[in-house]
Amino acid sequence: MKPPPFEYEAPTSVEAAIALLAEHGEDGKVLAGGQSLVPLMNFRLARPDVLIDVNDVHELSYLRRADGRLRIGALTRHAQAEASPLVRDHWPLLTDALRWVGHAQIRNRGTVGGSAAHADPAAELPVAMTALDARFHVRSNARGDRVLAPAEMFADQLQSGLEDDELLVEIEVPPTPTATGWAFTEYARRHGDFALGGAAVVLEPDGGGCVDRAAIALLGAGPTPMRARAAEEALAGQAITPALAREAAAEAVRDISPTGDMHGGSEYRRGLIETMAERALLAAAARMNDGRAA
Amino acid sequence: MSRRRISVAINGTDYTAEVEPRLLLSDFIRHEAGLTGTHVGCEHGVCGACTVQLEGEPVRSCLLFAVQADGRQVRTVEALAPSDEELHPLQQAFHECHGLQCGFCTPGFLMSLEPVLAGAHELSDAELRELISGNLCRCTGYQGIVDAVRLAARRMSGEPDEGPATTATEGTR
Repeated sequence: MKPPPFEYEAPTSVEAAIALLAEHGEDGKVLAGGQSLVPLMNFRLARPDVLIDVNDVHELSYLRRADGRLRIGALTRHAQAEASPLVRDHWPLLTDALRWVGHAQIRNRGTVGGSAAHADPAAELPVAMTALDARFHVRSNARGDRVLAPAEMFADQLQSGLEDDELLVEIEVPPTPTATGWAFTEYARRHGDFALGGAAVVLEPDGGGCVDRAAIALLGAGPTPMRARAAEEALAGQAITPALAREAAAEAVRDISPTGDMHGGSEYRRGLIETMAERALLAAAARMNDGRAA
Repeated sequence: MSRRRISVAINGTDYTAEVEPRLLLSDFIRHEAGLTGTHVGCEHGVCGACTVQLEGEPVRSCLLFAVQADGRQVRTVEALAPSDEELHPLQQAFHECHGLQCGFCTPGFLMSLEPVLAGAHELSDAELRELISGNLCRCTGYQGIVDAVRLAARRMSGEPDEGPATTATEGTR
């Protein structure tokens, strides 16, 4: 349970960090909060030759709102984002999702960017970011700045869309209209465990009590966070009733086949995700209607 | 692999050593500083036994490399008791409420709880249990720990001291 040897670099600027990434290529690995990478190294499942520790790159630690959009520096700790009034007031789905991430000790150290770059399909933040249609700003010397959509960022299981020499610098979250309903649901045997299934829902109102645009992202449904596009389209222009929520949830899981393991078989997980999606839809619809009344 | 000379301030004392980058902070604390109050359980961030405070915040010391703590402040369980004769109020409450049996997990619980103790008397049982969800205990069944936090928080907030709650302690003696 001791990590294998590695060379250690601790740059203090983005410029220095991407220079090191360019120099070391596939041998280099970024160390942010380390709450997923270090366990993998302790198990010797990960053996990077060079660790590029970005914890002293202070310019990557910020939360701000500009042009209505939330900009999260990649090094922002989970605990900072969770406690942020800015996030809670305008993107409460993120606050709700953050509460499910690990435990307080993990959130004190873990970073928002690290959760995204780790691309774990059972993790909360990638699912919330997928539902919110976030954008991922990455930088390298070779290609300059690129912007990735969620489907590009979460390319495969534990596989982000970043090239070996790229650094995730910022997560950008678009604004949601007034009275948008949201909900994040998940089920885990114990709080802080990786979830067996879950869902993030965003419902934008049309002003007349119906849904203008719905986003449903599923947790644990496959190798990446998955948007349930057909179910989303079926909800547009509709008022959410319990029957409609049940139908949409059934549609959302129709084509998924989650990987089963000792904690839950594939069929069980599929049913669980369906229930989580249904509950999230109902909770989001209630909040949307509350917002309209207020 | 190249070794590095680092200096970590643990409980106000600087400990300097030449270490490999892969040395975990938990091992630095135990083997370089000789402070064996910090216990090492799972070494992959699940059990919470190795929890220490880095710049005041509870963190897993098995998920940090010692080189990352270079020049920083670490607090371990050895910092809690004011003297050899007197325990910290939280330690005293664990003692009175059967908040520990074998004691292996205790340093992690104490270092996780100490920073939030001041506000703990206002927490619901569910919130309190979530607070300790990052630490595993295989002896107590947790009720003694919950009682201990309540007792310590009550004493520290200056409320009248009614002694330990009796819910779990009577049945387990």
